[in-house]
Amino acid sequence: MRITADTTICISAGMCALTAPGVFDQGDNDGLVAVVLPDPPEELRKAAAEAVRLCPSGALGIR
Amino acid sequence: MSQTTTPDSRSFPLRRQCPLAPPPEYDRLRAEEPVSKVRLPTGGAAWLVTRYEDVRTVLSSPVFSADGTRPGFPTLLPGQAQVLRRPPFIRMDPPQHSFYRRMLIQEFTLKRIKTMRPGIQASVNRLLDDLLAMTPPVDLVEAFALPVSSLVICQLLGVPYDDHEFFQSRSKVGVSGQSTAEQFAAALGELRAYMDGLITRKQQEPGDDLLSKLVTEHLEPVGELRRDELLMMCLMLLNAGHETTANMISLGTVALLEHPDQLAALRENPELLPDAIEELLRYLSIADLVTTRIAAEETELSGTRIRAGEGVIALLAAADWDPAVFPEPERLDVHRGNRHHVAFGYGVHQCLGQNLARAELEIVFATLFERIPALRVAVPVDELPYKHGNLAYGVHELPVTW
Ligand code: HEM
Ligand code: SF4
Repeated sequence: MRITADTTICISAGMCALTAPGVFDQGDNDGLVAVVLPDPPEELRKAAAEAVRLCPSGALGIR
Repeated sequence: MSQTTTPDSRSFPLRRQCPLAPPPEYDRLRAEEPVSKVRLPTGGAAWLVTRYEDVRTVLSSPVFSADGTRPGFPTLLPGQAQVLRRPPFIRMDPPQHSFYRRMLIQEFTLKRIKTMRPGIQASVNRLLDDLLAMTPPVDLVEAFALPVSSLVICQLLGVPYDDHEFFQSRSKVGVSGQSTAEQFAAALGELRAYMDGLITRKQQEPGDDLLSKLVTEHLEPVGELRRDELLMMCLMLLNAGHETTANMISLGTVALLEHPDQLAALRENPELLPDAIEELLRYLSIADLVTTRIAAEETELSGTRIRAGEGVIALLAAADWDPAVFPEPERLDVHRGNRHHVAFGYGVHQCLGQNLARAELEIVFATLFERIPALRVAVPVDELPYKHGNLAYGVHELPVTW
């Protein structure tokens, strides 16, 4: 699993960090998505995939 | 297949039967006429969109514009047209929209919201102390729901809470389906003057709040934010921040009290609270009518042709009760565990304050039912004065006893 994030699209809704806290974080100053674990361990994959699906701006992807 | 429906005289907003459920007509529309034309109360027509997938498409595709200055942008209230002449960023498209939204994002990140929790909890505790000292029945809207949400947004923005009666009464005019365009214009004028005075005060004596920050970092001549833009942005935040959350608090209380099994499950297992909040957001979808758009080019949605310049209303409650996505949508089920409802919208305009609202609702519902275990509505729930036709659905008054 490889998670991608496009910070030019991200609207900082924070859905990702809320849904998969270990995988995503939000920048302190801009609130933009930061992928902490681009290749999350098995136990976090479900939440990570859910976060990608929930992202309202389409900034996240899985490759 | 493509078809066009002729505009008919179906009046809008549609009527609810059960005060807690969306209008039953949404089910028929979703099944038979998922994109259907209605007459708006302000004249003109718009397409109603009722399927979950279509609602998400409307809210996330650039084909549907949120630019309120486009001729023919749909309005539901008589005074809205005035605001849309120079709208705040909720009614702009990218890239302008992103320019303004990004100025605010810092104050709404999960981490920032976390630091606000103790303050919110303290306000909730104090308001409940006061409430318990009163003789029931007490109006929960006036004594609790509105003060909680106003205190929080006032603190964040840096608006003196002592002025809340003033701006609450004026904002009421702005969101009510009953106001005339003249009443709306007068209220807006007073709100603008008030905000203008406050901006001047922050220029002279900046504090540790969002408004001061916008004034010192972004306002002309230091930044690129014009004074009138800042003014409208603050009014939008003040309004979006107190009205919606207050409605969720009061209506959410009614919904939980009407579903004692769900409330009991929640009491037994407080860890369910975040899921319960998401379910209440879905079930009540109070911002049902807020998400209006206009087609920027000709397009097709569920087989219906929509022409450039036609208005569209992506009904959030219809999407959140779509049985294809939420089986048995009429069941309030705190175990449902979903976050993919659209109660906060979808796409680039998805609610900026959503995580603040979640924090407020969690603290409120945890504390309210713990402090007042015997809480109940003092009148039959069917007889409560509901906010039919308002942009944000809710109750005007909620007499409770314990
Ligand atoms: C439970 C309470 C709330 C609900 C149901 C709610 C709902 C919504 C919805 C549906 C939208 C999208 C509108 C559209 O796409 O046209 C929205 C946008 C917005 N909301 Fe909320 N909201 C709530 C609380 C708040 C709070 C507490 C704030 C705090 C200031 C807030 C600020 C905003 C702002 C600034 C926008 C515009 C975002 C943009 O256009 O980028 N809301 N809200
Ligand atoms: S959910 Fe999407 S838009 Fe929101 S912060 Fe994460 S990447 Fe950005």
